Amino acid sequence: MQSVSKQQKAPIIVTPNSFLAWIGKIFLIIIGLLAAYILIINLFDKPYLFAQNVINGLQLGFVYALIALGYTMVYGIVKLINFAHGDVFMVGAFVSYFAVERFGLHQWPLKVFPGFDPFLSTAIGTVTTILLAMVICVLLAVTIERVAYKPLRDAPRIAALITAIGVSFYLEYFGLLDFVFSARFIPYQRPFEVVTWYIKDGIHLVEAGIAPPDGAVTISNILIIIIIATILVQIFLQYLVRRTKIGIAMRATSFDKPTSRLMGIEVDSVISFTFAIGAAFAALGGVLYAIAYPSIRTLMGVYPGLKAFVAAVLGGIGSIPGAFVGALIMGQAEAMTSGYISTPMRDAIAFSILILVLLIKPTGIFGEPEKEKA
Amino acid sequence: MDVTTMILSLVKIVAVIAYLYGLFWVLGVKLKKIEIAGKLLDPSIAVNIIGAVVAFGIIQLALTEFNGVSILNDFDSGLLYQACTMTMVALGLNLIYGFNGQFSLGQWGFYGIGAYAAADVTYRWVNGDSRGLVVLGLGVILGGLVILLIGKFLSNLRRMPVLSSFTLYLIGSIFAGAVAVYAGKLVAPGLDPLLGTSLSLGPLAQGLPMQIVFFLAIIFAGIFAAEVSFLFGLPVLSLGSDYFGIATLGFSIVIYTLMVNSDTILPFPEMKGGRGMIGIPKLTTWFWAFLFMLLVIIVMRNIIRSSTGRSILSVREDEIAARSMGIDVAGTKLMSFVIGSLFAGIGGAVYAHYIGFLSPKAFDFLVGFNPLIIIVFGGLGSMTGTVTAAFGWIFFLEGMLREILGKISPEAPSWRYVLYPLTLLLLMLVRPKGLLGEVEWGFLKSKIVSLRKSGTKEGVKPA
Repeated sequence: MQSVSKQQKAPIIVTPNSFLAWIGKIFLIIIGLLAAYILIINLFDKPYLFAQNVINGLQLGFVYALIALGYTMVYGIVKLINFAHGDVFMVGAFVSYFAVERFGLHQWPLKVFPGFDPFLSTAIGTVTTILLAMVICVLLAVTIERVAYKPLRDAPRIAALITAIGVSFYLEYFGLLDFVFSARFIPYQRPFEVVTWYIKDGIHLVEAGIAPPDGAVTISNILIIIIIATILVQIFLQYLVRRTKIGIAMRATSFDKPTSRLMGIEVDSVISFTFAIGAAFAALGGVLYAIAYPSIRTLMGVYPGLKAFVAAVLGGIGSIPGAFVGALIMGQAEAMTSGYISTPMRDAIAFSILILVLLIKPTGIFGEPEKEKA
Repeated sequence: MDVTTMILSLVKIVAVIAYLYGLFWVLGVKLKKIEIAGKLLDPSIAVNIIGAVVAFGIIQLALTEFNGVSILNDFDSGLLYQACTMTMVALGLNLIYGFNGQFSLGQWGFYGIGAYAAADVTYRWVNGDSRGLVVLGLGVILGGLVILLIGKFLSNLRRMPVLSSFTLYLIGSIFAGAVAVYAGKLVAPGLDPLLGTSLSLGPLAQGLPMQIVFFLAIIFAGIFAAEVSFLFGLPVLSLGSDYFGIATLGFSIVIYTLMVNSDTILPFPEMKGGRGMIGIPKLTTWFWAFLFMLLVIIVMRNIIRSSTGRSILSVREDEIAARSMGIDVAGTKLMSFVIGSLFAGIGGAVYAHYIGFLSPKAFDFLVGFNPLIIIVFGGLGSMTGTVTAAFGWIFFLEGMLREILGKISPEAPSWRYVLYPLTLLLLMLVRPKGLLGEVEWGFLKSKIVSLRKSGTKEGVKPA
């Protein structure tokens, strides 16, 4: 009899009361409050230091934004995590290094026409260097796309992903060979001089060898160039994607490949174009990154590339404004972590933020919900 | 180029793969039952066990020195140990990704956790500190109990948000860990006469053979990795496939950063952070490597062949259909993730005691793509393919290419990392499904009764 009554006994099903359901949210809120507490305490303690950290974070974030564009566009259109993108970024930096160090390309107007205005010569020369890096990176990216990714367009997605990892490894390990780029840190010769100003009772120039006074916030011309370049790129890309024919083709291809092929869109060339655009901005980012942090090496693209990718995921992968916002968040998170918590832990914190954001909103800040599985 | 070296290393690769296939064949032998003294006995189990022992003995003989000469030198034995650990890690990942369809890039992080946890225990033991083993063992057991208790408690609740249950488990595990540490500190003075202080081993600890400590360290490290993977996997597995991959990549980078800062941020000065941990006792022998590899292979094959394995496969094929058949999708995902990480942790522990030196660089996420590449090489969802690819990978890349390129010039071995992405690209372009696809061999071959078999009494006739 006892066994029968045991079988008849229904399992106790308790719907969690509001407290149990809220535990997870309370946990997240505590983490958020802790972060806010650290930031606010430091903001009131030393406001100028806080402003300096924000500026450092902006510089990083805008460079990440340039790289993240390539990730987000490529993922949006072919659903591929292009691991080789960080290495394209590295190649861009190295091309500009060779152009400046070996060939003096940053001063070519002065060499060709003696008596040219030096400032104008530097400006034209730097732009030429960046353009050269962009062209070479575009060629590289389109070659990679044609050789490695295009034959696998109908294969399982993992095959393309493994190929991307293979291409990335190939570029890295080939670059690590002694006669290519070698594994050393190489001091990077900037194409133009860095001018730094400090802000304390007005804007003053920082003179060489004299440290800016306590409580001053410093900004450099590189920061301004990076910000302007990134904003221009954003505007250009918005225009390209929204207003031009190729932009409409890109959006159509990312939405539905077979249908857009039926509509007369050359899907393969649109995809190649996407890779090319991403590589061009990665090259621009690479040159600016090398100018801002003047020490380059073969594996320099790995972590910035990864963080830019994380930024793209944070903002909602496939969304261009999302990549921009995500990159700014990543830059601030990194600068604040190295400023106030612990410098060596900044990568760990950056990726913890990623995991937390994914848990709260799995498709990222600007992301759209995933389509139903085909 | 030296032709003899090349032929010799090729022969080695072929021999080791033939050896593996022979082993799987022997383990899969089925014989008719024979009658001994009026009882029906199954001789195949005896044949299988004898076969495994013989397979172990062959390599053991080849490794043993006779008059200072052995058939396989230290270099070859190192390759064997590396291949065994790589097999364990890759099989774990194949369970997660190949069989269950969860794209994980975090396997290398669990491998690192297992390696460091086990290495810390034996390092402390060799240096006369028995508390490492006590605290890790206690922590792992307490953590497991707490997780089981909370699971029992939560199983009565419905509609519990994932994040809330994760928080409960996290608080429980931190509590268990803290209790283990404090118990270690409180109880230690009382046990000092038996176990010894942190400087020298007591009589009880001295009586314990090193091999048993090593065994316990491996088991505890594996379970520790599994518990960490449980905590991490619980919230993260609810994400979609790509997002899960990204989150696990983030996990392995967090683990890497913690390893680099293990002496400053984590309280483990003996791990020496980024400089690398030296002085780990080299306890791994062919016996341990073979034993653990065989255990992992057999356990995994039994899981895949059971009803649990079928539910794991069904989750990979179609989550919605699996759910409508009454399969606990979240639970199945979590289970395969935890078991895969357990294998990775055990593999890491065995590796740490072979190499004797742990550097965070060996656990960088760039190296962490290797198991993924191996399982794709061998074929997703094929255990035979994974084992073959893991052995072939180590013997080809670390053995053959290193030897041949080393003969050309001292810098040439770095070229092997240029060659292998090219091989990878070629293979992906020619055969995107991997070398073996889903083919199995010997005892790994699934013996699940086909549902649509014609000719049986109650079988459904083919449509």
